[in-house]
Amino acid sequence: MIQLSRVGRRYGEREALRDVSLSLPTGQTLVVFGPNGAGKTTLLRILATLLRPHTGEVRVLEKQLPAQGWAVRGRIGLLGHEPLLYRELSAAENLRFHARLHGVAESRVAEVLDAVGMKDRASEAVKTLSRGMVQRVAVARAVLHEPEVLLLDEPYANLDPAAREQVAGLIGAQSGCTRVVCSHDPGGGVAEADMVLGLREGRMALLKAASDVQEGEIAELYR
Amino acid sequence: MYGRGLRALSLATAATWTVALGLVFFYAPLEADQGFVQKIFYVHVPLAIVSLCGFVLGGVLAIQHLRTRDARWDLRSYVVIHMSLILGVGTLITGSIWAKASWGHWWVWDEPTLVSFLIVFLLYATYQPLRFSIEDPERQSRYASVFAIAAGAFVPLNFAAVRMSTGYVHPRVLGDTSNLPGPMALTFLVSLLAMALLYATLCKYEMTAKHARGQVRALRRKLSGEAQAQGRSAAPTLHSGSSGPSPAPSPRTAGATAARSAGASSAAPATSSTPAVGRPGA
Amino acid sequence: MRRTVGALLRKEFLVELRTLESVPGMALFAVSTFVVFHFALDATSVNGKEAAGVLWVTLLFAAMLGVNRLFVADAEQGGFDAFLLAPVDRSALLIAKALALLAYLAVFELVAVPAFGLLLLEPSLGQSMPDLLGVLALADLGIAVIGTLVAALAVQTRARDLLGPLLALPLLVPIVIGAAKASAPLLAITAPGASPARWLLGLGLYDLVFGLIAYAVFDFLLED
Repeated sequence: MIQLSRVGRRYGEREALRDVSLSLPTGQTLVVFGPNGAGKTTLLRILATLLRPHTGEVRVLEKQLPAQGWAVRGRIGLLGHEPLLYRELSAAENLRFHARLHGVAESRVAEVLDAVGMKDRASEAVKTLSRGMVQRVAVARAVLHEPEVLLLDEPYANLDPAAREQVAGLIGAQSGCTRVVCSHDPGGGVAEADMVLGLREGRMALLKAASDVQEGEIAELYR
Repeated sequence: MYGRGLRALSLATAATWTVALGLVFFYAPLEADQGFVQKIFYVHVPLAIVSLCGFVLGGVLAIQHLRTRDARWDLRSYVVIHMSLILGVGTLITGSIWAKASWGHWWVWDEPTLVSFLIVFLLYATYQPLRFSIEDPERQSRYASVFAIAAGAFVPLNFAAVRMSTGYVHPRVLGDTSNLPGPMALTFLVSLLAMALLYATLCKYEMTAKHARGQVRALRRKLSGEAQAQGRSAAPTLHSGSSGPSPAPSPRTAGATAARSAGASSAAPATSSTPAVGRPGA
Repeated sequence: MRRTVGALLRKEFLVELRTLESVPGMALFAVSTFVVFHFALDATSVNGKEAAGVLWVTLLFAAMLGVNRLFVADAEQGGFDAFLLAPVDRSALLIAKALALLAYLAVFELVAVPAFGLLLLEPSLGQSMPDLLGVLALADLGIAVIGTLVAALAVQTRARDLLGPLLALPLLVPIVIGAAKASAPLLAITAPGASPARWLLGLGLYDLVFGLIAYAVFDFLLED
């Protein structure tokens, strides 16, 4: 479960996030909408323990961040804009590195690579892979350590429909994880959400259960 | 908050300097082999001592910054180092003048104090470029503090190392302050005090100025309702309401900083929430 | 901790082997610099203090190349985030990177020092080699620690290639002092002597102190 209470984060004098509060029960999905620069990525990175909040309180999996960040790191999976893969190394080598960092058995590497359909190209340097393939390997990296919480920043961005289906089992609603997903796709986004958050210039413009979201409310955010 | 006591401090500085200069020119005896030129010693050595202490102090203040995450410690650290650097330039110039006047060379390598000082100066000269080249203000402060700590620790180590390397050369009077006759010692101490006071006054002025500028920016921002694009700068800026870490880790500090926030900044949260609520619903 | 450092080192060496960005460049730079020194000093050989000077200046500047590249791959390819997301002790990165830099220094010196002996040094290296190795080891340790700290500071700035050396060189002066003083007698033409223990001790102490400082502050460079 995830709880935010009046969370704020500034960048110099600009407030990237201000007064964000919400509570997401375990196993549910929160989808975050908002124009570029609204603070979605900042929010995700705070939840991932990569950024510390400047004001407010953050609790993930019963632990207070950033003080107890060390306790939740191994239980969170982040899929951001960057794949976090070394281009000169192969997919398998990259994942083995992550596996060792997370204390995960190396057998799991083959398992996830197979699950994202990258078994055949696991030994090729990441720089030779197409964007869609890189994204798939990134998904594999994010779920390698079987996290309970998934933080996904436009996860389906470079994936073709076939790939999307393939990874849905890992990072979609069927994964059983508590998820926070940043999305630019109103239709699909709301469909897989339990709760919807709309951000605008760092502030909460909208926070509702997905079923209560009205027609066009999301589009309003982008106006 | 910062301006308190500034006038008293300035007056004390001016008074001490008058006394010091009086002592230097009219009381301290002329030194046997160097003559009048030796009097530059009363400016050069205090400059060096205060400057070096300032650098180490910058490191200590930086430790406080990293411990409390309070931006004001970073401001103090920055100002202190900045001032020490200026005094450092003074030290090198006066040292060079003295060397030229006494021994005919603009620079001498067998004077360990002067050489160590040059190295320390070269290191701290990178402080501002380092700050300026990091755009994220929070990261800039953090990295600057790390630098200040490492550099502050380096100062004494460097002096030891250089002294070791010129170990067996006869030290010149430049750095040797151990056995001064009475009147010279008194003059020296008063000069040292005057320099320290000058340093403290200048630091206080700069901190007050920066703090005031920060408050003006904050007010301007509240009035215009949005953040102004801030140009890159090497100096830390204080924003209203930011002078405290996130509440959870240390309630003690948060309470203290809340109590000390200037009146203008505490009005800020109330006024800024209204325009924000208005917009999304429109 | 050991597992984490091991994992980081494996990744580090793997990337370096694939890209060969640091070590060959450092070795080549050192050899080229010796050639430049030959012309700059207008001397066919050097010994004693001059030899120590030429050697250490060259090694130091070549080391700067390695320092500049140390964190670049991580900064540009998301390596920092990857590490920060893992449930590990963050000091492991400092230790791993310092060890990696130490390894790079050792490898490039395997080329540079014999090259120096061949190109410029008047007395032969053979007799004083064991002692020289000791000096190299202690100095390299200091360069590795300070280099890693400075590299981590510089990599997040805009002028990283410039700031790295500017920050590192003053901090490395005590190491140069110790290393040069310690190696001058080893490279002397008239009966190569032993290094005074005082300098080795000084080097060791400096390494230790800066190691502790780096360990204490490194975490603050990583977190946000």
